[in-house]
Amino acid sequence: MLVLARKLNESIMIGDNIEVIVIDIKGDQVKLGIKAPKKVTVHRKEIYREIEQENISALDSEFNPDKLRELSDFFKKDTGKNKK
Amino acid sequence: MGILVKTKPYGEIEVAEERIINFPEGVLGFDDIKKFVLLDPEDDSPFSWLQAFDEPNLAFILMSPTSFLDKYDLLVSQGDLSLVKAEKDTELLVFAIITIPTDQTLMTANLQGPIVINKKDKIGIQAISLSERYGVKHRVLQEIQKEVAEA
Repeated sequence: MLVLARKLNESIMIGDNIEVIVIDIKGDQVKLGIKAPKKVTVHRKEIYREIEQENISALDSEFNPDKLRELSDFFKKDTGKNKK
Repeated sequence: MGILVKTKPYGEIEVAEERIINFPEGVLGFDDIKKFVLLDPEDDSPFSWLQAFDEPNLAFILMSPTSFLDKYDLLVSQGDLSLVKAEKDTELLVFAIITIPTDQTLMTANLQGPIVINKKDKIGIQAISLSERYGVKHRVLQEIQKEVAEA
């Protein structure tokens, strides 16, 4: 792993068009600004882990069609269509 | 002509070939599963299934977020949208993966990692919501009660 020391307001470049800037440092927290092309996806790493973990829990779901039918009345009729 | 698929909820069934959706990146935690079959809800049930092709035990229960919310903002990155080849007028199907514990009234919906499918091109992804409002465990029945209370 490449390790670089940076001060407040200094930045690094990843390739030609991704810039990571140190915006603020308070105690043990660092605020980073990221300038990247729109098609580059940036997320906190924990989000990937959380969704992954939730996917695994979802697979253990107890699916009992008869019991679930009792709950059907709660739901609105919707087919999931969405325009973007 | 249909294709025989072994499914978790219904055993072996025949599905139309157009029901097979390619997931170029799989779903999170299952990156190597690239082919799923979307199984529609039975009669008046709100639940669909995302069944892995060739993996009978790998199946997710899905529900449209708008089955229990007034609206769901699909706020995802340009990268995610280009993976499903979404353009301005592309019709996208949006689902939340549902987790159902033993007490099913405690079922939760993952609104942070929505399943987004371009039905025409048969491409799907698990996107990551950029909205701070959505987490991985929304209590579905509570959300419905909230909506009723607000109405």
